[in-house]
Amino acid sequence: MNCNMELKVNTIPRTNSIDQRKAVIDIRDLRKSFGDNHVLNGFNMKLYEGENLVVMGKSGSGKSVMIKCLVGLIEPDSGYIEVLGKEIKTLDRETLDTLRSDIGFLFQGSALYDSMTVRENLEFPMRRHKEKLGSTTDTEPLVLEALENVGLAHAVDLMPEELSGGMKRRIALARTIILKPKIILYDEPTSGLDPITSKEIIELMRSIQKKYGTSSLIITHDVDCARVVSERMILLVDGTNYAEGTYTELSSSNDPKVEAFFKK
Amino acid sequence: MAQTVLAIKNIRQFFSEIGELSYFAGRFFKEFLKPRFEFKELLRQSYQLGNRSLVLVLITGFIIGLVLTLQTRPTMIQFGAVSMMPNMVGISIVREIGPVITALICAGRIASGIGAELGSMRVTEQIDAMEVSGTNPFKYLVVTRILAATLMLPILVIFGDSVALYGSALVENLKGNVSFQLYFNTVVDALSFGDLIPATVKSFFFGFVIGLVGCYKGYHSKKGTAGVGIAANTAVVMASLLVFVVDFIAVFVADIFYEL
Repeated sequence: MNCNMELKVNTIPRTNSIDQRKAVIDIRDLRKSFGDNHVLNGFNMKLYEGENLVVMGKSGSGKSVMIKCLVGLIEPDSGYIEVLGKEIKTLDRETLDTLRSDIGFLFQGSALYDSMTVRENLEFPMRRHKEKLGSTTDTEPLVLEALENVGLAHAVDLMPEELSGGMKRRIALARTIILKPKIILYDEPTSGLDPITSKEIIELMRSIQKKYGTSSLIITHDVDCARVVSERMILLVDGTNYAEGTYTELSSSNDPKVEAFFKK
Repeated sequence: MAQTVLAIKNIRQFFSEIGELSYFAGRFFKEFLKPRFEFKELLRQSYQLGNRSLVLVLITGFIIGLVLTLQTRPTMIQFGAVSMMPNMVGISIVREIGPVITALICAGRIASGIGAELGSMRVTEQIDAMEVSGTNPFKYLVVTRILAATLMLPILVIFGDSVALYGSALVENLKGNVSFQLYFNTVVDALSFGDLIPATVKSFFFGFVIGLVGCYKGYHSKKGTAGVGIAANTAVVMASLLVFVVDFIAVFVADIFYEL
């Protein structure tokens, strides 16, 4: 690989207004290997308060590994990860769990609990984070509010097996926002969905960001999704930042590797 | 040469598996003693595991009682010891056949069920979702299932033993004209604490290893949906094998204390 070319591409400037915001996620020189497979090779990233950042990359480029390192699901080999001012590596289990209540995670396959109803799925994160309920012990209003946000209040007593793929993704999104997180991590939010449902999910992501003012990190290879939701984008190639900039900047780049992402 | 290398690799893999299973068991005890107890989930799992296996245990127990009596009766008649039938069948069932057969059925039913369920939760990222939501999935999923299996197995053994003895009594009643009351009185007279206590204690251990292996295989399931099948399958094989190992140890220890 041509390292000089990478550096050149990386110099696409970021918007100044974003730079002035506080970073809620700071990743520096993140490395992770599985045997001889070097998935992340010194990845760097900052997510700013209220920002929508899209990380794009081919399948197997390390996007999901990076996002799982962020929440402590995978331990990186080396590197520095700071989330909301706390370095993940130094946190004990208790503190990490408390921090996780401020991070919502939408999984690629929705990851709804099969044996629980929609209501129980939404109540589940609140079992551990009762402080988020405030003075009340009644979870019902919060469950209904989250479901109304995704337009599925009527599905509260259904089982996941009774839901379509799009409904599952929306319920998963409701579960993600129920604790009113400061950051939402989206792992391929539109994968496996038809174009219409994908648009609905993208619209929901935007409306949630508007309503709660969350910072969002979106992992995707869906160019349409990136175009609509991103303020800034990072292209992840061979486990490292290949290019960074706005959608317009990157989509007009002449670099062959960058162009490949935007080709129709 | 290649065969030797393969054999060494398999032996290393076997010991590595034993080591990982021991670590998993250690983690169970550590998490079990830590507060926030998941009573509701424990009750749900106990009901699920016990209720789902009960009919199978009852049917198998009844057939074992019938067959055991039918097959040993002619030999006992030859030796003029047919009056000892309740003693022989009672002791065999309570000490050995009842607990081991019930454990093997549960190894097939419970270990595979847990292995497949947790394996499926692992590959569909449900366990990761629990972890991210701040809930300890090991405590919620693993500790409750192992405890439920440990508590339910002795109860299933009691049910299994009872219907097996009933099956045996039925044959004796029909073929030997022995009343049910006389049959059960003879069985109760023949049994001692030395028969009941080791059998009950080892049933708890059977339940523990069945739950442990099922959870271990499912929790560490890999390779997508194919991994779920592998987890369920290997859970049954490993749990069944460990039931015999535990049985051997239990009989050995019981022999020291009760001089069987």
